[in-house]
Amino acid sequence: MSLIDVENLTLQFKTDEGLITAVDNVSFSLAPGEVMGLVGESGSGKSVTAKSLMKLNPGNAVYSRESKITLHLDDGPVDVMSLNRPRDMEVARGGAISMIFQEPMASFAPAMTIGSQMVEQLLIHTDMSKSQARELSIEMLDRVGISDASTRFGQYAFEMSGGMRQRAMIAMALSTKPKLLIADEPTTALDVTIQAQVIDLMKDLVDEFGMGIIFITHDLGVVAQTADKVAVMYLGKMIEQGPVREVIRNPYHPYTQGLIDALPQLDDLDKPLMPVPGDIPSPLERPEGCVFHTRCGKIIGDICRTAVPSWADTGENHRTACHLCHEGRHA
Amino acid sequence: MNSDTLIETKNLSVGFPVGGKLFNKRVLKAVNEVSLSIPRGSFFGVVGESGSGKTTFGRALLNAAPITGGTAHYDDGEVNYDLGELAGADLKEYRRRAQLIFQDPYAALSPRMTVRDIIAEPLEVMGLCDTREEVDERVREIAGLCRLNLEHLRRFPHAFSGGQRQRISIARALVSKPRFVVADESVAALDVSIQADILNLLKSLQDEMGLTYLFISHDLSVVAHTCDHVAVMYLGQIMESAPTRQLFNSPRHPYTKALFSAIPSLDPDDRGKAQKLEGEIPSPTNRPSGCQFHTRCPFATDLCRREEPHLETCEAGHAVTCHRWRELQLAD
Repeated sequence: MSLIDVENLTLQFKTDEGLITAVDNVSFSLAPGEVMGLVGESGSGKSVTAKSLMKLNPGNAVYSRESKITLHLDDGPVDVMSLNRPRDMEVARGGAISMIFQEPMASFAPAMTIGSQMVEQLLIHTDMSKSQARELSIEMLDRVGISDASTRFGQYAFEMSGGMRQRAMIAMALSTKPKLLIADEPTTALDVTIQAQVIDLMKDLVDEFGMGIIFITHDLGVVAQTADKVAVMYLGKMIEQGPVREVIRNPYHPYTQGLIDALPQLDDLDKPLMPVPGDIPSPLERPEGCVFHTRCGKIIGDICRTAVPSWADTGENHRTACHLCHEGRHA
Repeated sequence: MNSDTLIETKNLSVGFPVGGKLFNKRVLKAVNEVSLSIPRGSFFGVVGESGSGKTTFGRALLNAAPITGGTAHYDDGEVNYDLGELAGADLKEYRRRAQLIFQDPYAALSPRMTVRDIIAEPLEVMGLCDTREEVDERVREIAGLCRLNLEHLRRFPHAFSGGQRQRISIARALVSKPRFVVADESVAALDVSIQADILNLLKSLQDEMGLTYLFISHDLSVVAHTCDHVAVMYLGQIMESAPTRQLFNSPRHPYTKALFSAIPSLDPDDRGKAQKLEGEIPSPTNRPSGCQFHTRCPFATDLCRREEPHLETCEAGHAVTCHRWRELQLAD
C-alpha cells in the first residue's frame, strides 16, 4: 500500500500577466520507506509540486478540480486538497509530512535559538511536555552527528556552520517522526565533502525511521546515490519516471538524455560537455504540444508541435511521455 | 619571471584585521603564503571548499583585496606591474586588463539598466570610446561573440533566463578587451544543462580573444573538464597544484583524493564506496598547528600535528604540501 498518491495535480498561479501553469497533470505515488528523486531544471515545477503536498504554495495558487492528493495514514486516508483551516492542515504540515529546505540559514528564525524552534514544533505536533521535547530535541541533534548537542541546543543559527545548520534542520524535521520527508535541494548549498556526509546521514535515517522521502534536486549524481526511483520534470510536466538504475542507464526521453550528457563526468575527461540547446521557455509562453519540442533535437514531425504525448511503458515500472516511444523507436 | 607567465605570486598573503579595536587585535589570514604562476593563455583552476580562501586569492590578483605580504607580478608582454604597488594611471590600465565574472547572474546585473547600457558601462567609465557610435559598435561586436541576440540589447535583465544573464555578464566583463579574467564560481548558480553551454562559451572566447582565466570553483568535475592546470586550496594554502590530467590520475594529497571521492557518482551501484572526509574546515582565526589539514586527514602522524609542510615539487609542474606524499599510495 502506498504512503501518498498524487493524481492529476494541476496548479496555476494567478499573476498580473495572466495564469501561469506551474504544474501540469502530474501523477505519482510513493510507498513507505521509498526514496523518490524529483529532478529538473529551475522553473520545472519540482518545488511547487512538493509544496502542494503540504498546501504550502502562496495564496494566488489555483489547484484544478481534478487534482487529488491522498495521504494514507494509520487512522485512514487524508484528502490533502480538502484541508482548509490551518488547524486541519497541521497533519500535513509538520505532522505526517516534514520538509527540509535548501538554504538552512533562511529557514531558521534568526532571533530564536535552534532549541526553542525544535521544542516549539514538538509542542504543536505532539502531546509532549516541554522537558520531554527538550530531551528529544537534544537526542535528535546528537543523532545527526552534532557534537556537544546540549550546548548547540541553546545556540542561534548564525553560530553554526552551513553543514551543521543543515544537520540541525534534518534533526528538527525528523523529531516529529514524519511518515514522509520532503527534502528540497538539501545539499545544494553545501560543499561536496559536507554533501557526502549529509547524504550518508539521510540514508542511515531512512533505514532507521523507515519514512518515505521525496528528494528534490537538479543533480543526477545525488539522485543516483540516494533514490530508489526517479521522476524527471520539465516545465511543469512529468516526462519520465522509473527505477533509478533504469532511468540513469536507459534514459528514453531526449531531455533526460540531455541532462545526463550535460553532466561533467570524472571518468571520461575527453568527453565534450553537451549542453541541452536553447533556454527553458518563459512559463508565460508555454509551447504547444510536447513542452520540450522547442529544445528537442529528435523531433519526428508536426505531432511534437501539436499533440501532448501520453505515457508509454518503456521498461519495468518505467514510463516515458514522448512521441518517439509511441512510434516504437528508441529515442 | 618566465616569459610565458602572466601572473606570478611569491608567498602572497591577504590578511584582514579582526577582533577588538585596541586589544585582542588579530589578523585573519585568508590567503597564506601562496606561490603560484599562471601561464599566459591558460585556463587555471582553483578549487576548494567554502572558507578555503579561493575567492580572496582571486580578488587579490585583481587588486580588490589588500595584499599584506609577499608579491604578485603581472606581465602580459605589453605592460608589467607589481600588483602590490599599483596606483594612479597604472591601476586604471590594470582594471581594463583584468576583469571579473561574478557568480550570481541574478544579482550582478542592475534591473534598471538595459542590456546595452550594462555592457557599455565599462567602456564609458574607463573612457575607452570617444563617440556613442563607437560604443554601440563595440557592444554589438561583443554581444555577437557572446551569442546574444542583437534585439535583446534593448531589453532589461528581468526578461532573461539564468544562462542568458550569465552571457550578458560575460559580455560586460570582456567588452574592455581584458587579458586576464577571474571567473568566480561563474557556473555554480546555473542548471547543468546551461552550465555546459557557458563553459563551452568561455572556452571559445578564450581562443578568440587570447584570454587567460583564473577559474574559481568548488566543483571538481567542472574544473576537470575545463581547466588545464588546477590548484587545490585549503585554509588559505595551496595543498596541491598540477596539470589537470596528472592531478586527476595521480593525486598526491589526501585532501585532493577526498574531494574526488566525495563527488556523487552517476552509477547507482557505486553507493557507499566513497571515502568520506570527517569534520569540517576549521576557522581561519583558529588555525591548527602543523599541517593545516591534519584535523581531518586519515593519515596524520605526530609530525603532521607538529610541523608545517611546505609546497614541494614532486614531478614537473606538480607540487604538493604534504609530509607523507612519498609514501602514500593514493591513486587507485
